[in-house]
Amino acid sequence: MGLSTSTKTFAERLEDSKKDKFAQAAVARAQDTQWEKRESSREELGNWQEWRDIAESIRQHTLKHLPHYLTEFSDNVAARGGHVFFAADAKEANDYVKKIVLEKNAKKIVKSKSMVTTEVDIDPMLVSLSDDMDVLETDLAEFILQVADWDEPSHIVFPALHKNRDQIREIFAAKLGYEGDNDPVNLARCARDTMRKLFLKSEVGITGCNFAIANTGDINLSTNEGNADLTISIPKTQIVLMGMERIVPSIKEAEILDNMLARSAVGQKLTTYVTFAGQKADDESDGPEDFHVVILDNGRSNAIGTEFESILQCIRCGACLNVCPVYRQIGGHAYGSIYPGPIGSVLSPVLGGYEQYGDLPYASTLCGACTETCPVKIPLHELLIAHRRVMEDDLKMHHDGSFVNMEMNAVGMGTGHPAMFGMAMNMAHAGLSMLPKAKEITVEGSLFEYGAVRKAPALAKGWTDVRDLPVAPPHKEQFRQWYKKHKAGK
Amino acid sequence: MKVSIFSTCVMDLMFPQVGIAMVEVLERLGIDTDLPEQQVCCGQPTYNSGLVKESMPTIKNQIDAFEHSDYVVGIAGSCSGMFKEYPHMFKEDDPYKQKAIDLANKSYEFTQFLYHVLGVKDVGATFNGEKATYHRSCHMTRILGEREAPFILLNHVEGLEMLPLPHIENCCGFGGTFSVKSPEISEMMVTEKMNDVVSTGAEILISADLGCLMNIAGKFNREGKKIKVMHIAEVLNTNVDLERIDSVTNPVFAKI
Repeated sequence: MGLSTSTKTFAERLEDSKKDKFAQAAVARAQDTQWEKRESSREELGNWQEWRDIAESIRQHTLKHLPHYLTEFSDNVAARGGHVFFAADAKEANDYVKKIVLEKNAKKIVKSKSMVTTEVDIDPMLVSLSDDMDVLETDLAEFILQVADWDEPSHIVFPALHKNRDQIREIFAAKLGYEGDNDPVNLARCARDTMRKLFLKSEVGITGCNFAIANTGDINLSTNEGNADLTISIPKTQIVLMGMERIVPSIKEAEILDNMLARSAVGQKLTTYVTFAGQKADDESDGPEDFHVVILDNGRSNAIGTEFESILQCIRCGACLNVCPVYRQIGGHAYGSIYPGPIGSVLSPVLGGYEQYGDLPYASTLCGACTETCPVKIPLHELLIAHRRVMEDDLKMHHDGSFVNMEMNAVGMGTGHPAMFGMAMNMAHAGLSMLPKAKEITVEGSLFEYGAVRKAPALAKGWTDVRDLPVAPPHKEQFRQWYKKHKAGK
Repeated sequence: MKVSIFSTCVMDLMFPQVGIAMVEVLERLGIDTDLPEQQVCCGQPTYNSGLVKESMPTIKNQIDAFEHSDYVVGIAGSCSGMFKEYPHMFKEDDPYKQKAIDLANKSYEFTQFLYHVLGVKDVGATFNGEKATYHRSCHMTRILGEREAPFILLNHVEGLEMLPLPHIENCCGFGGTFSVKSPEISEMMVTEKMNDVVSTGAEILISADLGCLMNIAGKFNREGKKIKVMHIAEVLNTNVDLERIDSVTNPVFAKI
């Protein structure tokens, strides 16, 4: 799977998502619920905008001094007997994990939810290592996706958002022999019974990392199910995969960001479990005896020092997905990236290039809801425009290569100079007035005073595919003409 | 003190009655207006499409067109919001930088100008007990940062009952060129918006952005559904009771 979740084109994926009425309803419902929870948990904290400023400055400071903090973190992990490996790409990360698993001759691996392990597509690699390899996703939603033949996640925080309890019951019945009803409590019990057996026998635990603490060499995890805590305390060997940007100077900054994360992601003050862990010390009773951290670049350094650097401020709360009106309609799978929604539309082209992800920056109305909600103040909608600018102006790889862009170019020329603008408006007016008018006007008021157009060509085609276009008034009645007469008559 | 009218493209081409309503309301309040002829489009269609270089002549021309204006008042939150973005488009040493800042500082959307600059809440508009709902456009709300003014003015329209719109924060799917480039997603969005409007039971849909109104009304008309659609300037210019107007014959202009 990796970063890319589909071989279909964006248009084909849109068709699929349009048909999936269930997923649409589920996403809309989730957005509505999350909205209220998030708003109330923010209010409770008070001074939300000031907290955002602080969170933003923490993230920006760390990114500006990334080599310093990564070195400090790495030194501190090593000083406690752990190991840090810097992986340039997914292959290097996988090769390192493979080496450790083979060294340990491990056959039972438990994992805690991690977007980065999905990004590097670690699961198929692990499964392929041996015929009797057991790899278990222990986050309930990830577990459901695994049981459903490794289905793709559709949300950063709620990976199985696109499945309802009836579907989950069916999946469990078919794959796990579950015989109960669709009650979430019973479904969770079934998952827990399956997981516990493996947890207790697990040899290697793999987790992601919400934040890495530079001055202690600890990693910080936020979960609501406690599965990450089991994953890092039962197996003797622990492998942590983290994006290279997920670092903070000390536990003080982590505390602030954990607050912002939980409130933005799930509307909680903090998640049920907030864990700091690292290499087990001699006087500690649990924790990994062999602790490895894989710090992944995989395209992230493409953003460093560019106008896209702020995308690395992201703390993966998913709040931008929960407010995005486009995500609301098309759902996560339509984006074709494991990072969907506004964050994905900015991040995926940075990590994976414009050839594959060039459609995503256009999948936005630039409504700004994402920018407004982002707890670390990433100017998401501005970065979407920046991607478009890079593609259009810098790389000349015109999106959809179609007449729409040629026409937009003409619009640019036509609006650049008053005389040209007048001509362009006259041409637009002439064009519009030649179109056949629809007879039926049901909307009252002045908008459709001169009728409606039901089918228009060229730039207006996309418009009339969906809705009617009001007919422009006769030229002599246009505003500038009226104004001249009005002033003259005074 | 003169107020320059920013005649946005959609209004210029399609909806003169909205500009007329705006001018009439302003004049009734004692405001003298002008219409700088040099003005063109705000540059959003090309800028947001990524054609940034191609947008710069348009943007510079707009800055020049309003250079000598005291106030620039527009009919669409989105287009006035674009003026607020201009300063970010020039480097510090560019001669247009300061001019862009000046234009941003003196630009207002119509309702914003009425409420924040003129200090007016009631412009005397009167209805007969109709129920209405208001679509809050994203650019007006988030880019321009105006959440308050339209509601205060609408709440002072006598005989108009304002009903809350569910999912008021959600975009209608217009998004400028998004509506023509991604019609399939736009359709899903505008359909939900239409259903939300219907669910309120409102007889009138009001907004301060013509793009959004054209989108939502266009969907209503395509579906053959009945509703009245009005720009907020038209609402504020309806059956005006001159007695009720907060008189601003000697307006005290204030910066917000």
